[in-house]
Amino acid sequence: MTSLLETVDLTKQYTGVPVLDRVSVAADPRKITSIVGVNGAGKTTLLKIIAGLIAPTSGRVSVHGRECDQDQLRSHCTMVFQRSVMFGSSVHDNVAYGLRINKTPNSEIAEEVQEALAVVNLEGFEKRKARRLSSGEQQRVAMARALALDREILLFDEPTANLDPANSMIIEHVIKESAHTKVVLVSTHNLSQARRLSDRVIHLYKGRVVEEGEAGSFFANPKDERTKLFINGGLQF
Amino acid sequence: MIRAIGLILSGDPEVYRIASLSLYTAGTGTLLSCTWSIPISTVLALRNFHGKRVLKGLFNAAIGIPTVALGLYLYLVLSRSGPLGSFQFLYTPNAIIIGQSILVSPIVVSFSASALESVDPELRDLARTLGASDLQTYGVIIKEASWGVILAVMAAFNRAFGELGIAMMLGGNIRYVTRLLTTAIALETARGEIALSIALSFILLAITVSVSVAVNLARKPTS
Repeated sequence: MTSLLETVDLTKQYTGVPVLDRVSVAADPRKITSIVGVNGAGKTTLLKIIAGLIAPTSGRVSVHGRECDQDQLRSHCTMVFQRSVMFGSSVHDNVAYGLRINKTPNSEIAEEVQEALAVVNLEGFEKRKARRLSSGEQQRVAMARALALDREILLFDEPTANLDPANSMIIEHVIKESAHTKVVLVSTHNLSQARRLSDRVIHLYKGRVVEEGEAGSFFANPKDERTKLFINGGLQF
Repeated sequence: MIRAIGLILSGDPEVYRIASLSLYTAGTGTLLSCTWSIPISTVLALRNFHGKRVLKGLFNAAIGIPTVALGLYLYLVLSRSGPLGSFQFLYTPNAIIIGQSILVSPIVVSFSASALESVDPELRDLARTLGASDLQTYGVIIKEASWGVILAVMAAFNRAFGELGIAMMLGGNIRYVTRLLTTAIALETARGEIALSIALSFILLAITVSVSVAVNLARKPTS
């Protein structure tokens, strides 16, 4: 059966150096897929290709069984980055930006912004300057901005890196809630987070998928030696 | 000095006519330049193409082009026997506007490109992942860099407003037609009318400083 999101033999090279090497992964709604690996394993590159932000050197990405170009991928996906990037405007305008350019009627924007902010516990923050918020609050605005678009594929790149436990918990809760209806891919090198969040886990090492499987068996009985080392904290890039 | 201040306060219509024409030519020349310089700076800053670094180097080098040299080349182009001679622009305010717009283009291009390049590159990815087209993404980046672009335009205006070579060679310093503050100062100094020259230079400096201060005051507090 075809998965909603599939990548087939994705390869990405920068000046001849492979960053991804024939990566094939699949993901479906109602399951959170975590992409784990050490820094530099290719997790962010994989997510950016799926998000339509960079083109692969070869290989393809399909949604609903149809191969998509970068423009089409951007209409299916949205991505939350590791470092929350804010427009130099209010929280409302940050969340409304995607709605506006995607031609949401003006009469609906305010309500949708409020709904998205409520999901990340930021009610009443609409008029605050986004760049004056704490890093945790900014990341929650980034989550609201992505959720407001209501895309069927959500990509989270190290969404809680450098955040305090309280903000991390809120973000993890939102990710879990989102997965009820959407395809969710989370890249992380935080194994305890991957255990808490994931239904499926994909281990990337030096641009290759070295192991993938259901979260329970992945952590309880890893088969690949590199995965065993990674889980035990002994794997270096 | 007292005579110079007296000249300013007396409201001499010719002095104010000269100042108005100087503002008009420098302002129009700068705005005209922006119509091509800002798009060029956007392409230079945000797109990758062969020869980009060479082109940026050329624009940077052209910032310091001597106004007399540029005035001479444009004189040859606009003179009756030149390729654009049929338009009869020479010795009109339009000739000065054309010359000044070309003179300030490297300033707008180089400074704006630098401002655009300094915008967080992840903003570009952010806009695109929220569904922005290339054009809308450029809009986001230009908005982020708007203060740098405004400063570039202000620097360009000040350069046009204070230059002499182009105004003299293309305008001819014709009384009531193409006489600007800079050409009038040069003329009156040569004639020994030092008080008038000082009065005109005060106006020149006052306008330059006022524009800069007004632009700074108009800036919103940063977020």
